[in-house]
Amino acid sequence: MRLRELGRGSRRNALQRLGAAAALLTLGGCGRRDSPEGPLNFWAMGREAEVVAELLPAFHARHPDIRVHVQQLPWTAAHEKLLTAYAGDSLPDLCQLGNTWLPELTALDALEPLDQRVDASAIARDDYFAGILDTNVMPTPAGNRLFGVPWYVDTRVLFYRSDLLRAAGHPTPPQSWAEWLAAMRAIRQRDARSYGVLLPLNEPDPLFALALQQGALLSDDDTRGAFAQPPFRRALGFYAGIFAERLAPAMTNAQIANVWDEFARGLFAFYVSGPWNIGEFRRRLPRERQGDWATAPLPGPDGPGVSTAGGSSLVIFKRSQKKAAAWQLIEFLSDPATMQRFHALTGNLPPRRSAWRSPELAADVPSRAFASQLERVRAAPKLPEWERIFQEMQYAAARVVQRTQGIDAATTELDASVDALLEKRRWLRTRAAASPR
Amino acid sequence: MTRSGIVGWTLAAPALVVIAVFFALPVVIGLALSLTDFDLYALADLSTSRFVGLDNYLRLLQTPLFWQALGNTLYFVAVGVPLSIGLSLAAALLLNARVAKWQAFFRTALFAPVVTTVVAVAVIWRYLLHTRYGLVNHALATLGIDPIDWLGDPHWSMPAIILFATWKNFGYNMVILLAALQAVPRELYESARVDGAGTLRQFTDVTFPLLTPTLVMVGIMTVAGYFQLFAEPYVMTQGGPLRSTVSVLYFMYEEGFRWWNLGFASAVAFVLFLIIFTVSAGLWRFDRDPAASRP
Amino acid sequence: MNPRLAVWVVNGLLAGLAAVSVFPLLWMVSVSLMPAGASTTLPTPVLPPAVTLDNYRTLFGGVGMGRFVFNSLAIAVLATLISVSFNVMAGYAFAKLRFRGRDAIFKALLAALVIPGQVAMLPLFLMLKPLGLINTYGGAIVPAMASVFGIFVVRQFARGIPDDLLEAARIDGASEFRIFLTIVVPLLTPVLVTLAVFSFLGSWNDFMWPLIVLTDDALHTLPVALAGLSREHVQDNELMMAGSVVTVLPVLVLFLALQRHYMAGLMAGGVKG
Repeated sequence: MRLRELGRGSRRNALQRLGAAAALLTLGGCGRRDSPEGPLNFWAMGREAEVVAELLPAFHARHPDIRVHVQQLPWTAAHEKLLTAYAGDSLPDLCQLGNTWLPELTALDALEPLDQRVDASAIARDDYFAGILDTNVMPTPAGNRLFGVPWYVDTRVLFYRSDLLRAAGHPTPPQSWAEWLAAMRAIRQRDARSYGVLLPLNEPDPLFALALQQGALLSDDDTRGAFAQPPFRRALGFYAGIFAERLAPAMTNAQIANVWDEFARGLFAFYVSGPWNIGEFRRRLPRERQGDWATAPLPGPDGPGVSTAGGSSLVIFKRSQKKAAAWQLIEFLSDPATMQRFHALTGNLPPRRSAWRSPELAADVPSRAFASQLERVRAAPKLPEWERIFQEMQYAAARVVQRTQGIDAATTELDASVDALLEKRRWLRTRAAASPR
Repeated sequence: MTRSGIVGWTLAAPALVVIAVFFALPVVIGLALSLTDFDLYALADLSTSRFVGLDNYLRLLQTPLFWQALGNTLYFVAVGVPLSIGLSLAAALLLNARVAKWQAFFRTALFAPVVTTVVAVAVIWRYLLHTRYGLVNHALATLGIDPIDWLGDPHWSMPAIILFATWKNFGYNMVILLAALQAVPRELYESARVDGAGTLRQFTDVTFPLLTPTLVMVGIMTVAGYFQLFAEPYVMTQGGPLRSTVSVLYFMYEEGFRWWNLGFASAVAFVLFLIIFTVSAGLWRFDRDPAASRP
Repeated sequence: MNPRLAVWVVNGLLAGLAAVSVFPLLWMVSVSLMPAGASTTLPTPVLPPAVTLDNYRTLFGGVGMGRFVFNSLAIAVLATLISVSFNVMAGYAFAKLRFRGRDAIFKALLAALVIPGQVAMLPLFLMLKPLGLINTYGGAIVPAMASVFGIFVVRQFARGIPDDLLEAARIDGASEFRIFLTIVVPLLTPVLVTLAVFSFLGSWNDFMWPLIVLTDDALHTLPVALAGLSREHVQDNELMMAGSVVTVLPVLVLFLALQRHYMAGLMAGGVKG
């Protein structure tokens, strides 16, 4: 009996000890990293995160006392992770931020204004493409402030099979919507199995670029939807018309087994995409196809058109306790030489004109379409709800393409849901206007 | 209070405190949240949230995506539950047959998928269901059926998820039904056979009536569980293609953790609870077993 | 039906079902041992053309899977220890000790079983924020520290303990705590093991809550890390399968070792009459 009692006692003691350890671990918040002595927490997305690791040794050489921990977020989950981290008070020190997400984070007052740091540093504002830098400037009660430093730019241009186009009787890329339609029709006529263009139904950017070319998408100081107005309807009409004529397959990008294989095989001749695909095309297309593709700026309704002003910026979070160190990293990554190395590794285009003067970029033929397009970019509306409206726009377009709704019904419904999404914004505006400041 | 009373409270207290603070309290707060328009703005500045009463619920009923999510979920439940329970029952009957061999081995093999992590096996099934390289389409090809775009075609995405969920879950109910089958006294089968009943009659006259209470319970548990579909669409399809696999819980997750409309998302959660409760209560009516009201 | 035929039909069907149940898991192991890119060739291979441990090396080296295994293990073990202790104490109390409000509270607990856990998730997240438990092990463990199901199962089992045994000990002058620890707990050992297995499995496999509450990738548990990897490495089947093996194998082994207890618990909680 005594032996068993001893056994019981020690089990109880063990349990108590474990319980205490558990309490300590849980209270201690095992895993917390935001003390001033810890490493710099840097969140980056997708391929950029992988590449940053290669750039870091040079940074360590200059700043041996700063350790950097890079966390990679997949693009598909990055937006929700950022906001969850904000809600849970576990944001990193700095991160890569898609510039369309800046309005959201500034509405949350989560970002540190960077004007003073930029002015005190070697970063020259006018070296940046004006439209791109502008996407980082947000209004605050104290005036316009810069909240991010552009890291790379992104826009959408046409990638196309030059050989297929030539064989169909179009030796030069199209410059207007009419020319583009004609080229796609000609290609389909030559080979009924191939399509003119691939426009995945779950990617909003191509439609968005077309919409930007036509006019404003929101009205009333960005508090109401204007999708049922003629400008967007024209864009959606053009977009849906492409599918109606079977010039594009009605598929999502999940249904295309491998975009590059299909492009190489000639399933479609045009593809609206961004700078990262320059490198991907070089890597993934077979060697015999390398001479058969090219890029061109987007055609607009009556001539070369505008495109999206995308890209990522580097931002510092207000609650970071290592802002000075974070700024050092931003300065390093904004250095034109580092930007050129970054471009070589990712194909991402630099936002600074001086970085464009490298021999590499100057000689890179596909990049020239981007250089030209970057002079014609328009920013997305700068409001926190934009990300959601952006998705809703594409859902409406998908419904029209799949003929579950006509353009009239779809755009009216879209405006109704956008108005509902912006209700809070309207209320906040009236409240701000009513209260004395 | 008696000595046993104090000890009773002390022993029960830790668990009760945990449940009260980390379950009951959040549920109440959730109900309160659902009556406000707490969102991203409120996260930064609490003064921007307003009390809106039942507005969220009304708005929910006018949100097309909610109805689509509800439809997707009902599709999943209506097809998935009978399929899963049917397969569980069939498997249990097979295991219970007198001629079945290696019962323990088969039972373990059929149960194995239940204990696996949903995310891990969803990743496996995502490849098994691949249009070109998936073994499911290879197997269909041997039967002369053209490849199906399981995860890319909006018409086949939910069937794919139903298939996966059935594979993963049928073992659970099988074990419960097996235990119930084994509790049926063999004498009843003997007397039925003496009366001239064949295998089928034995099932309908002896087995099924005695199995009904367990079937109802299994049915309610499975229905309640299936209404909470989330992990499979999250891993396999991200709610796509074209929102054909958005379930009510996935919709709630997006509203709450992607767009941060916490007030609205809480309303979704409560509506889901009401639906599960109503359906379960409705199914409960089938159970007229007096043994149900045990102390 | 002809008895000889019946044997073949029944066992044949069982074998077929078993094959379908187990095949994906076996294929998972097989693909994890294939060299990169081997599984996306036609015809899709069932067995590896060449066995390699490269995927595991990448997983534990480059991807740092070891960290996630540790997180899953730590959280599951802690949650199991705490929840088994709390549930056993409460289950016994509800079964054998009279205290004021006992029956009413128990009925309320049963009613709570109907409420899906996700209803509490969002507010719980907001509640944990001021407590500083977001992005910590504590935040992941806290909702699992006690469960109505666990209390229910223990109570069912504890009701089978003969009252005279307890009375005799009380007459001997033993304190209630002493009785609990020296008499009740040993008698409840089978249900403790069952509860521990349930709890460990539940915690290891939990996905939605750790997804929400653990933002730092260094704290991710295996399911969350795997979900993130699967979105990032859509093309790398073999690596993903290796990740699945690492996630699934521990619980499969645990289940195989303790399946009798697990099944007993299921059936005790499930069968009526």
